[in-house]
This record gives sequence, C-alpha cells and structure tokens, in this order.
Amino acid sequence: MLALLLGLHAVLALAAPALGRRLGPRVFLVCALAPGATAAWAATQAAGVLDGSATTQVISWVPGLGLDLALRLDGFALLMVALVSGIGAVIFAYSRWYFSPRPGLGRFAGVLTAFAGSMLGVVLADNLLLIYVFWELTSITSYLLIGFEDEKGSARAAALQAILVTGAGGLAMLAGFVLVGQAAGTYSLSGILADPPGGGVVGAGLVLVLLGACTKSAQVPFHFWLPAAMAAPTPVSAYLHSATMVKAGVYLIARLAPAFAAGHAFWRPLVMGLGVATMLVGGWRALRQHDLKLLLAYGTVSQLGFMVVLVGAGIPELTFAGAALIVAHGLFKAALFMVVGIVDHQAHTRDLRVLSGLGRRMPGVAAVAAVAAASMAGVPLLLGFLSKEAAYEALLHAHLGVGGALALAGVVAGSVLTFAYGARFVLGGFGAGSGQGAGGHDPVGPDVPRPAPAFVVPAALLAVLTVVAGVAPAVVDPLVGGGAGALDPAAGKAHLALWHGFTLTLGLSVLTLAAGALLVVGAGAVERFQGRLAGAPSAVGVYSSALAGLSRLADRVTAVLQNGSLPVYLGVILLTVLALPGLTLLTRTRLPGGIVVGESPLQVVVAGVVLVAAVGAAFAHRRFAAVLFLGGVGYGVAVLFVIQGAPDLALTQLLVETLAVVIFVLVLRHLPERFEPSVWRLGQATRVAVAGGVGVFVAAFSLVAAGARTAEPVSGAYLEQAVPEAGGHNVVNVILVDFRAFDTLGEITVLTVAALGIVSLVQAGRRPQDRA
Amino acid sequence: MILVLAVLVGVLYAVGTYLLLQRTLTRVVIGLAIMGHGANLLLLLAGGRAGRAPIVDGPGGGAFADPLPQALALTAIVITFGITAFLLALAYRSWLLRSDDEVEDDVEDRRIARLARRHDEARRHDEDDS
Repeated sequence: MLALLLGLHAVLALAAPALGRRLGPRVFLVCALAPGATAAWAATQAAGVLDGSATTQVISWVPGLGLDLALRLDGFALLMVALVSGIGAVIFAYSRWYFSPRPGLGRFAGVLTAFAGSMLGVVLADNLLLIYVFWELTSITSYLLIGFEDEKGSARAAALQAILVTGAGGLAMLAGFVLVGQAAGTYSLSGILADPPGGGVVGAGLVLVLLGACTKSAQVPFHFWLPAAMAAPTPVSAYLHSATMVKAGVYLIARLAPAFAAGHAFWRPLVMGLGVATMLVGGWRALRQHDLKLLLAYGTVSQLGFMVVLVGAGIPELTFAGAALIVAHGLFKAALFMVVGIVDHQAHTRDLRVLSGLGRRMPGVAAVAAVAAASMAGVPLLLGFLSKEAAYEALLHAHLGVGGALALAGVVAGSVLTFAYGARFVLGGFGAGSGQGAGGHDPVGPDVPRPAPAFVVPAALLAVLTVVAGVAPAVVDPLVGGGAGALDPAAGKAHLALWHGFTLTLGLSVLTLAAGALLVVGAGAVERFQGRLAGAPSAVGVYSSALAGLSRLADRVTAVLQNGSLPVYLGVILLTVLALPGLTLLTRTRLPGGIVVGESPLQVVVAGVVLVAAVGAAFAHRRFAAVLFLGGVGYGVAVLFVIQGAPDLALTQLLVETLAVVIFVLVLRHLPERFEPSVWRLGQATRVAVAGGVGVFVAAFSLVAAGARTAEPVSGAYLEQAVPEAGGHNVVNVILVDFRAFDTLGEITVLTVAALGIVSLVQAGRRPQDRA
Repeated sequence: MILVLAVLVGVLYAVGTYLLLQRTLTRVVIGLAIMGHGANLLLLLAGGRAGRAPIVDGPGGGAFADPLPQALALTAIVITFGITAFLLALAYRSWLLRSDDEVEDDVEDRRIARLARRHDEARRHDEDDS
C-alpha cells in the first residue's frame, strides 16, 4: 500500500501537465487526490502505528548494493505524513484559488505533486540509500518550483542557489551514509538505529550526514538559501519552505539523535550550538524585514533552529517537545504563509510599510493571522504554547551542565525574538497605524477587494486546528506521543499539558511574553540599532565569492589543461602512462629468468642496423632522408621476422614497406625539402625525456610480458586442426582466412574505408586552377 | 625473452614517441610508422622464442613458432599501412590548402584559453575601478 501511494503521486505528477491544459487551476484539486488519499490511509493506520507496531513493505531493488525499496510507517513517520500529506492536501486546495489561469500551471501542479511524493518517500524510506534518492528528488523538484517564474533572473538565481547548497550537502550526506552503512553492515535505517555502530569512522560519517541535514534545514551558516527561495510562488513557500522539505533535515537529525547523541562527544555541542545560533540569527534578521514573506522566511529559519536544538539533543523529554514543535510549526507557519499569499493576491504588495488597515477590510484573514502568529509566539491556549512549555520544561531538567544552561538561555532569547517578529507581522500587515506610505508609496488597505471565502478556508482550517489542539491537548497528544515514542521509547511517556502549576517553566514563559512585548513597544529603537549593525559580513557574500572563485579556477585550469597543443595533450597522456602503469611495473614486478641476448649473431647485427636507422629517422633534417631511414627500419624488421620464424610476416612487411615508401615519395615531392625548424613549445629536452621514458617502459614491459607465458597457448589447437579442419598447411594463413576470418573481414573493411578517405581527400583537395 | 629484441622494441617506441611529439605532420606519420614496427615486434616477442615456421609438414625441425601472434602482427602491419597512407593523404591536403604540413593548435581550445584570460583582465579592471 505504501508503494502504491507513492505510485499514485508519480502517476498524477505525470498526468498533471495534460490535465492542466484542460482544467486550468482546478488541476490542483485533482492532484490533491494523492496527498489526500495518503493522509486518509495513514489515518486508518494511526491506531495501530501509534501503539508501536509499524507497517512495513519491502520490494527488492538492487540487492547487491543493499538497496531495497524498504518503506516503513512508524509513529514518527506517521507524524511526518500527517504534515506532508495532510497539510499538502490543504495547500493543493489553496493553490486552486491562488493561481489564475496561466500557461505552465499544469507543469507546476505536476512538479508540486512530484515533490509531495518525494517528501513522502523521505519520511517513509527505511533504507539510507533510498532516503538519499528521495532527498535529492525533493531538492530537484524544489529547484523547479522556486524557479517556476523562469522569466525572472532573480527566481532563476534563487533556484540555482538552493540546489547548489542543498545538493552539495546531499552529496556529503551520501558519503556519510556510506560510511555509517559500511560500519553497521546494513543500510536499513531501523537496523542501524536498533544496533548503532560506534567509532571514529562512524563519527566522521555522522558529521557528513549532519552537514547534509543542516543545508537542507537551513541551519547557520547555510541559512541564506531559504529567504532567497521566497522567489517561489507562495503556495510553494507555504508547503516546501515551512511545513515539509526544510524539515527533512530536522527529521533525519531526530531519527539519529537518540542512537548517536550520547555516544559521540561532538554531537550535542555541534547540533545544539548550530540550532541555537540559527534560532537567534533567524529571529534577529526577521525583525528587520519589511516584506511579510521574507519576515516569515527568517522566522522559519529561526524555528528550524529551535527544532534542531530540541530533536538533536537525543534526550527523551526534549525529543517529545521537538515532536510537538514540528506539528505546531507545520500548522501555524503554513497558515501564516497562506495569509501572506492572500494579502499579496488581493493587495498586490507584501510591504508592511505600505499596507494599512487590512484588518478592517478582511477581518477573517486577520483573525487567522493573529491566531497563527500567537501560536508561534507561544501565547497560552494555542498549540505553540504547549510545545514551547514542553521545551522549557525539558531543557530545565536536562542535566546538560553549562551547555544546557546556554541552550536554555538561547532558546528563551530566540523565543523573545519570535514574539517580537510575530507581533511585527500581525501589526504591520493588518494594523491601522503602520501604513504611512513609506518609500513614496500610497498606503494600500481599505479598498482592496475581499478574498473569496474558499480562498481563506484552508488557512482558517489550520488556525482552527491550532486552537483546538491548544485548548484540548488530548486531541494531538497521541500523535505527538506516538511519534516521539517511535524515536525513543522513553520519549513516548511524556504528555502535553496546559497547566504545569506555578513552576520555573511558567515563569520563563511569562518572561518570554513580557520581554517580547517590550521589544514590540521599542520596535523603533530596535530598528535603528539594527540599521547601525548592517553591513556585517554575510553568508550570502561567502557563497557568491566562493561561486565566483570556482568559476575563475575552472577558467584557469581549462586554459592550462586544454591549451590546444596536440604535442602537449599527447605528452600528458604519455606521462600518465609512465606514472601509473610504469610505477606499478617498476615496483610490483621482477624480471623473469631465462633471458637470452639473441637467437643468433645475425639477429644482433640486424637489430643494430634497425636501431641505427630508427635513430637516423628521428634526427634527419631532410624529408627524403627520414623516409629512407624509415624504409631501412621496415626492411630490417622484415629480416628479423624471418629469423623469428615468421616468413609470412616478412613477405607482407616487404610488400607493404615498398608500397609505403612509394606513397611517401609521391606526397613528399610536393613538400619542402627540409623540415621547418621546430618551434620550442614543449622543449627538445622534454620531448627526449618523455620519449626515453616511454622506450624504457616498453622494453621492460616486453620482457615481463614475454616471461608471463605460463598457460598453455591456444595456438596448439590451431596447429592440430589446421590440416583436418581447414585443409591448409600454413597455419598463419589458416588462422587469417578460416579460424578468425571475421577479424580479417573487419580488417579489409578498415582498409576500404581508409582507401575511400584517401581518394576523396586527394580529389577534393585539388585547387580550383588545377581543375578542368 | 630475447634481450636484443626487447631493447630494439624500446628504441622503436622511443623514436616513435619523439616523432609523434613533433609539429610537422610528415614526422608524425613517420613516428607512427616506426611505432607500428615496434608494436609488431612486441607482438612477436610476446609469442616466445623463435621456432620453425608454423607450416605443417614444412621444412626444418624443432618446435613451431607460435602462429597466433604472427596472425595478429600480420593484421597490424596491414592496418598500420592503411593509417599511414591515410595520414599522408591528409598531409597532402594540408599542403594543398596551406602550403605546409604543420599541425596547428586546436583553434577552439585556444579560444577558450583566450576567454579565460579576458575574464581575468576584466576582473582586474573592475577591481582597479572600485
């Protein structure tokens, strides 16, 4: 069934482009079938899965590589499916109203469906390599979705940035998966978690995996791609860049942390440190944004940092709080993004300096925004408050020493910032006083058209869920508890609660709200302070200079390696031959015994003659002299053939050599008498050195190769069968025309092609005045 | 395992390599032909010691020379001849069109290298400006 649901996504993704031409924006409703069916099926499985019995399905794919289509729906996967498919279906419904009919909409719906399927695959896959495959599929579909408005340069650049950052991280993650998988002896995720391997190699592998997770989940210093990805249409931002894809990294860290956090000393400082830093940087930057969508993007970065702190600790209570935050964040952040989409769609601007009085014009949307933002800020009676309480409570009792105290302080500070930018979002977007027409724009607000009710329903649905779960924690408690229990059985015992009594935790919550309110009141001062800090080095700058440097390096390397000179190319190839097989020959082999100087004195003499002729050919200054030396080499070799017992070869050699000399003479009579003095490109000394090296290599190789005749030669059979089977006495001839006749046919074909080429070169090459 | 032939094969390869690294097409062709001779001898050398010509019921006594490397070398001789003739036709055409037989640099590759240099200069220019 699991594979079937993935298949449904694929089928709808492929069909969407054709459907889109006929249905227009309604194609989204058809595509919503895939996530909708998945969510419905997951709901039917919920009871059993949350009790701890996972649903699995294994289809063998590449058994030799340990690559199976292993799918597994456990509690945590169910929690993620609820987000990916549940919120996914809501977003698809929302998209039907967000988009007006336009070309390419079907393709867009198809890619969005493909993304939903890929993300589903990431959370269902129970094989590291399969996770990687789906992981990269989400990167690719995300690239296509961010760059949907491909006529805009900024969208293309943002898409490229996203895929470069997450793709590079993905490659590192693959290497990490291989290291961990090899150490564990299995690529099965549940198998590895049940019996985690240890050691330095596994540690290195985990760092690489974390690198991949941090790029995907936009952790510092890789956070910059996420705000840039806001170039995507708003439904994409609401789905990929808040509720699902960016949580893939969080998902992976959550899976690994309970098994590996305690065993590796670097894990907690690294993961929790990055998380806190991300939470603070994101919150701080969010306070500076004027674009509502960018504000949310930085807010998402901040919240992702929060989640990483919680799920990355590998401590049961924190894991539970993290699972609660994942659910809460999915609900409120998707709702907030949808609200931004509605504002943008109706008012054609998202600048909070320009918007004014929208709250009175569309009170329903404003209410949704207020509820969602309040949940994000941790206001009581909302789901966000419950998760934040759980986080404070767990961090207070985590016994992590100084690091734990720092993490708690960071999380509280980050939550204060969260309250502040949440208020900035609601007041700026829907308040009355903020729109003073800054930047020379007239305020926009009171006269914008009201949105269609169905356009608001999806966001309102999520807001209602936030309230219901906040007031009655029992609604969502089984999902969170079952999810956390699948990660760490001890985490499943915790429960969400509205009221913990008058504890330190409650004090921290009150402190957060109060300090946040102060930041809101003093917003002007904060902005002035931030303005003074602007210009600090940013991660984007590092990214673009790294990219420019890479391109410069590629230019230079190409200019050096591909300089157009044939002798240089050849020299590089020959030096490689000397360096790799040459070194092996030198170090790994010994000269065989049984070496004789020569078969006969005559052979030595003839070899000497050939040697002299060859050297003469190399250093002759005149063309004719060089050709005559070449002829000398050829005839000498023919004599050597005779001595070696090969009269057929000698005969052929004599004929061919004579013919070759004739052709040489025919061509050379046109060419200058002497060779041009050589242009010293490679240098005479280098040429001689390379040539000498090749000569020594081949000589040594020929001795070793001749000494390697240890097996019975196949030609024994040829000698026996020549007369009875082929009726020939000359075995060489029989091999050529009978035993290996097809080889000879190939050889004749080559000669024919060469002859055709020669004829056409000579004919076509005639100068105009020679014709007629 | 005949030392003198092994040395000769080495020298033929060295001379062939040296000539292949030249820019005159005629020398390149001669280099290829000489390397071809070296390859043929190498094939024969790999067939072991000398012996009686592999002709059943032929004259002489003793063991036969291995006929298989001979068949390979025979093919190689003929193919080398075909390549040599083809390259000579190319040299002839080069002479017809340009009155010499130099192997030029690959124009397209030179263009890429020039582009890289121009990019570098443009960047330096930009940095000077700023």
